[in-house]
Amino acid sequence: MSPRLTTKARLQLTRQAMPEQDAAARSANFLEVNLGLPEKLALLEADRCLQCKDPRCIKGCPVGVHIPKFLDLLTAGKIAEAAQSLLDDNALPAVTGRVCPQETQCEAECVRAGKGLPVGVGYLERFVADWAREHRDQLPQTTPQPTGRRVAIVGSGPAGLTAAGQLARRGHAVTIYEALHKPGGVLVYGIPEFRLPKKIVAQEVERLREAGVKIECNVVIGRTYTIPELQQKFDAIFIANGAGLPVFMNVPGENLKGVYSANEYLTRINLMAAYQFPRSDTPVLHGRRVAVVGGGNVAMDAVRTAKRLGAQEAVIVYRRTHDELPARAEEVHHAEQEGIRFEFLTAPLAVVGNDKRWVTGMKCQKMQLGEPDSSGRRRPEPIPGSEFIFDCDVVVVAIGTKANPLLTATCPDLKLNKWGNIVADENGQTSLPGVFAGGDIVRGAATVILAMGDGKRAAAAIDEYLRQAGK
Amino acid sequence: MHRILAKQALSPNVTRLDVSAPRIAEIRQPGQFVIVHLAEGSERIPLTIADSNPAAGTISLVIQAVGKSTNELVALNPGDAICDIAGPLGHATEMISAGHALCIGGGVGTAVVHPIAQGLSRRGVRVTSVIGGRSKEWVIFEPELKRFGQVVVCTDDGSYGRKGFVTDAARDILAAEKVDIVYAVGPVPMMRAVANLTRERGVRTIVSLNPVMIDGTGMCGGCRVTLGNETKFACVDGPEFDGHLVNFDELQDRLATYREFEQQATACAADHCRLQKQIAAQK
Repeated sequence: MSPRLTTKARLQLTRQAMPEQDAAARSANFLEVNLGLPEKLALLEADRCLQCKDPRCIKGCPVGVHIPKFLDLLTAGKIAEAAQSLLDDNALPAVTGRVCPQETQCEAECVRAGKGLPVGVGYLERFVADWAREHRDQLPQTTPQPTGRRVAIVGSGPAGLTAAGQLARRGHAVTIYEALHKPGGVLVYGIPEFRLPKKIVAQEVERLREAGVKIECNVVIGRTYTIPELQQKFDAIFIANGAGLPVFMNVPGENLKGVYSANEYLTRINLMAAYQFPRSDTPVLHGRRVAVVGGGNVAMDAVRTAKRLGAQEAVIVYRRTHDELPARAEEVHHAEQEGIRFEFLTAPLAVVGNDKRWVTGMKCQKMQLGEPDSSGRRRPEPIPGSEFIFDCDVVVVAIGTKANPLLTATCPDLKLNKWGNIVADENGQTSLPGVFAGGDIVRGAATVILAMGDGKRAAAAIDEYLRQAGK
Repeated sequence: MHRILAKQALSPNVTRLDVSAPRIAEIRQPGQFVIVHLAEGSERIPLTIADSNPAAGTISLVIQAVGKSTNELVALNPGDAICDIAGPLGHATEMISAGHALCIGGGVGTAVVHPIAQGLSRRGVRVTSVIGGRSKEWVIFEPELKRFGQVVVCTDDGSYGRKGFVTDAARDILAAEKVDIVYAVGPVPMMRAVANLTRERGVRTIVSLNPVMIDGTGMCGGCRVTLGNETKFACVDGPEFDGHLVNFDELQDRLATYREFEQQATACAADHCRLQKQIAAQK
């Protein structure tokens, strides 16, 4: 523990605020909202950590980052060592420092959260990770002894990248297969530039390439190659191909012009840079009044994107209330600041259009909250006679995804659950020896950090499997 | 990178490119397509694989130049390269193994019919092809299809083959002979007309659909089409479907979603080209 400050002195420090772009200005651009703590404030914030003997924050982290350790190194002025410690635990800290729901994970467990505000772990993770991105030459380069073992990873999203990093540092030869033309998975097609700049993802990918990871884009496992074919060429496989098919509301009018899945809307804008049309070739409908159906992080990303594309009004349509929104608290807060309207307790019954089949609105119904359902959240129930027409010209459906069948349909021995997700144990082990899986293809739909946790655990299990197989 | 190895103009606005893509050439089956992404900033567009040469490691793409992206592709020459090609995507064509198949191709759709006729012929199925275009110079793939059986050519103006639409010729063949299955690929109105014709006669009809698509792997759902009462994704469930169930009106309508954007992109590209020429002339 750093001797410079007493616990009492640390307790007197107040939480530093994250500098951010002005709400009015940023709601018209795609630049990053959070600007990052300056060094001085970051060091002050790091001093707020009390260096507990039993640090519960680590248990709150899905990838088990040794938080007090890297904060202690940071306050001691050993930033390169802090960065190395962080990178040992977390393959993508510049990403998670920006997109993790810290308030329900590490920061929720912080001893200071009981009375007052927790240590800004996410802000500090971002600070150290950004320093590491800018000072790669100051980090020790270790070249592991090659094991001669080959591992294929399906998908270059958070789970795949994490597993790749962990396996490469253990000396295994890793090849990632990515279906799209650019690596990063949801980090490049899904999460918008203003929350996670693409440059950061590109740098993290580059770091893995330098560590010896091969990435082959435009390879669709299940089509270009099958899992049985990969089993011939590789000693182990990690499947992290993501969530897959968008779920639609299954209401009349959903195929009218102007209705998007959130996946399509965000992919057009993020991966294909449709916000730069006609400088980029992929278009997207802008809409004067955009309605986004759903209350998760993807819905927040979509609605804030619509605002930035110039929508006069961008509205979240959600059938529960503010308290039940599954999105990360900061995203909801930022959305509110940016003038996003929330239409709570509202459920769409149909999308309606004009005679040219363009969307003109949604027929909606007001809801009220009843008894808690199996998820513990109060169940929304329709209020009879409350139907009304909600005017809008673009509808974005952000109510989740379901398993993509492309890979699993060509690997009949792989055990699936009734929703088509791959069955895997806590280490990612599937029903096939040497084949592991993690992320959304196992979980259904979760977060970046949970997928990364899967990647990290699966990498350890794969390493163990390869060692045993090598005996 | 996928190098262009050969280029051939097939009609006034249809070009054939033979492109290096060894893995796809090796395993592609009739009916499958690829997603082509020319370069950073380009659109991802789906193109059916018209032919392949596994020994040479090439696939043939037949492209109708209709907008900025397709014009850029047909402007490529041997030696140039396409950044990204993903595939083969979609299901292989549902084939019969004996009997008589009628393969109907309209315009650039004839290139999509080609691998189907090829696959049927290899299985020993008797193939009759009906292909059409506005006039003689718009008729493509006639010599290739002749290898697999009789070919009836139709032109709208009668400048070559039979005068009239492919549906007229198809109607006569269906009336005169036993046909076990019909494959129809072309403009939406043509596929709809063929489906209406064969529905009356109860002949199974497969159509290949070309909705707007981005990833081609099921992720975006932009390619959704309605079959009966069900929504299907053309990329993972298709691209070929039972023509008697397809909601062609909706398909045609959704294909028009970005028409204004396409015009804008084409106009911008033309203006850029004009300015470049002016600058070059000044030097």
